[in-house]
Amino acid sequence: MRKSGGGRMWILRFGRYIRGAPSGGASYWGGLSPGRRFTQAAAGGSDGRQDAAGDPRRRGRVYQNPTWQHVEQRPLPEKKVTVEVFDHLERLALVDFRNWEGVQRLEKAIQFADQLHAVNTEGVEPMDSVLEDRCLYLREDNITEGNCSEELLRNARETVEEYFIAPPGNIPLPKLEERDTFLQVSE
Amino acid sequence: MLRVSLREISAALKEGRVSPTELCQRCLSFIKATKFLNAYITIAEDTALKQAEESEERYRRGQILGDLDGIPVAVKDNFNTAGIETTCASNMLKGYIPPYSATVVQKLLDQGAVLLGKTNLDEFAMGSGSTDGIFGPVRNPWSYSRQYREKSVQNSHTENEDSNWLVTGGSSGGSAAAVSSFTCFAALGSDTGGSTRNPAAHCGVVGLKPTYGLISRHGLIPLVNSMDVPGILTRCVDDAAIVLGVLAGHDPKDSTTVQDPFKPFELTSFIDASKLCIGIPKEYHAPGLSSETLALWSKAADLFENAGAKVIEVSLPHTRYSIICYHVLCTAEVASNMARFDGLEYGHRSSMDKSTEVMYAATRREGFNDVVRGRILSGNYFLLKQNYETYFIKAQKVRRLIANDFVNVFRNGIDVLLTPTTLSDTIPYVEFIKEDNRTRSAQDDIFTQAANMAGLPAITVPTALSEKGLPIGLQFIGRAFQEQQLLTVAKWFENQVKFPMIQLQGMMDHGHTVCRHQKSAFFS
Repeated sequence: MRKSGGGRMWILRFGRYIRGAPSGGASYWGGLSPGRRFTQAAAGGSDGRQDAAGDPRRRGRVYQNPTWQHVEQRPLPEKKVTVEVFDHLERLALVDFRNWEGVQRLEKAIQFADQLHAVNTEGVEPMDSVLEDRCLYLREDNITEGNCSEELLRNARETVEEYFIAPPGNIPLPKLEERDTFLQVSE
Repeated sequence: MLRVSLREISAALKEGRVSPTELCQRCLSFIKATKFLNAYITIAEDTALKQAEESEERYRRGQILGDLDGIPVAVKDNFNTAGIETTCASNMLKGYIPPYSATVVQKLLDQGAVLLGKTNLDEFAMGSGSTDGIFGPVRNPWSYSRQYREKSVQNSHTENEDSNWLVTGGSSGGSAAAVSSFTCFAALGSDTGGSTRNPAAHCGVVGLKPTYGLISRHGLIPLVNSMDVPGILTRCVDDAAIVLGVLAGHDPKDSTTVQDPFKPFELTSFIDASKLCIGIPKEYHAPGLSSETLALWSKAADLFENAGAKVIEVSLPHTRYSIICYHVLCTAEVASNMARFDGLEYGHRSSMDKSTEVMYAATRREGFNDVVRGRILSGNYFLLKQNYETYFIKAQKVRRLIANDFVNVFRNGIDVLLTPTTLSDTIPYVEFIKEDNRTRSAQDDIFTQAANMAGLPAITVPTALSEKGLPIGLQFIGRAFQEQQLLTVAKWFENQVKFPMIQLQGMMDHGHTVCRHQKSAFFS
């Protein structure tokens, strides 16, 4: 977690006033000097807010200290993600890991996501969309546009007449041992 | 002249004090002068000038299309624009010219806006710094502001001025930089986890994320279908309301837009604060929050209270898990959405053609950068049969808990929530790249992505300058589809804090030189 202030120590003390710098004479916070207000409140509350007075953690309504901390991420158990899984992912996604960084990126992502298991979701339904209470709009099945095959074909690199050209299909990717992939090396 | 708000320039155009072509030319030359910011990927000079001429003709005949007629705007490069290259800052779509325009872009053009160009972003809008696109990182205009320069002279050690520039935040950094550096009056961004509000806060502009389902996503190259929304970046809240009025509404081409009719509104300057109830979520004091941002947040709460509003502390107990939940859902949906890039119908295509699988794999290897590939692979992992329940479904359940947190808070009488937008002000690029994209996103999106999970509208308003002379913004989250209330509160707050204008050394002088040459009667 990056410390704020870029190396300088920002010490959070009750009543300490950090001033942002206005410039060009721009009026600021409606003209009232903020410093004065803070020291007034620190002196025990001439503004009549009972709950702020006496509670050193609270300044008005905002807590002065973080109300939670990041949990130490547990390292993944040994061999949780096997080479078979990596290979499977490369085939499914048709995207390669390329190098150690790629593999570590995935492991860190899984570590990060594992923190979710701490939440109790007993009896909670999964949420697909925030608009789940509404019906999706369906328009009438009428043709309103089309006849633009030339425009669409223009963006494809290989075409013949009105066809997109694809290489031969139904040929699975070569197996891990025969493929030119970083995972082979990492074995 | 370029420094004024959209409303003011619209009035100037209507009164004939400036013409659309003159305005367009000035913006274009200013874009050239600020090229080092790298905010734009494509500048559509010819089409922009043509649009400006058509607008001028309409002004001459007295038949303008609306408030946006003749106003220069910029659009993030993941919105499709017919005839203008759309790349998403990726090799996969380099050279791709869409045959159609996104609905939001078309709506802007139908109102007569002048599209200046496409702005830079993180590749496929994945990132929180606008540093990971193939066209290079975007520089924050505040790096060159007098306010920042003066402070850094006082504080700094001997650092090369040019190498210590600051990041804009992301992923709509180009749009934020374009609005902040006065090259356009409004810009479109996209907001999936805070991608509009994060750079808006770091660049000192207003960033609005509307309610999910209010604005059409047709033509926005999708990242996360259940959380994406087009975002609006402007210099003040009034302008955001004007642009929202143009863009919002049902679109038959996007069935996830709601069918409720939308009435554009004008914001009042006066609110009766005694009727307001502001909520301060205590979990938003997250670890790592800078003391300056904390102090500003406190002062803002005090400001509302002194105006007579009820300011109440509330609790959103699942806040700490929202970034993790977002991480799982985002990568899962990304894995699905990126599957369309196979090289057959559009975009980059590899020359390897032994089989379709080999061709797809090679195309995607060549077209995507590390960040995108990493997210696709993570997403696929979470969607594997053995992991589906434990990761994906679990994350969806946590999403419901987070959305319910907000529902409960708003049900108890809270009108608007007040939170920080980012942990601190922006940092230099050389520091930003010390951590990888995922870590940075996890840190920087912490306050913004909960609103995306729940689909609620949120706006960031620039509040004050930090000790380094850099902008800090505060965020307001409103009830679903209550943009009018949200923007009214934001406008009142904006009027109270009177955020200072950025003072760009040297660049404004160049603007004045251009002004003098063109003998315009309208002076800045």
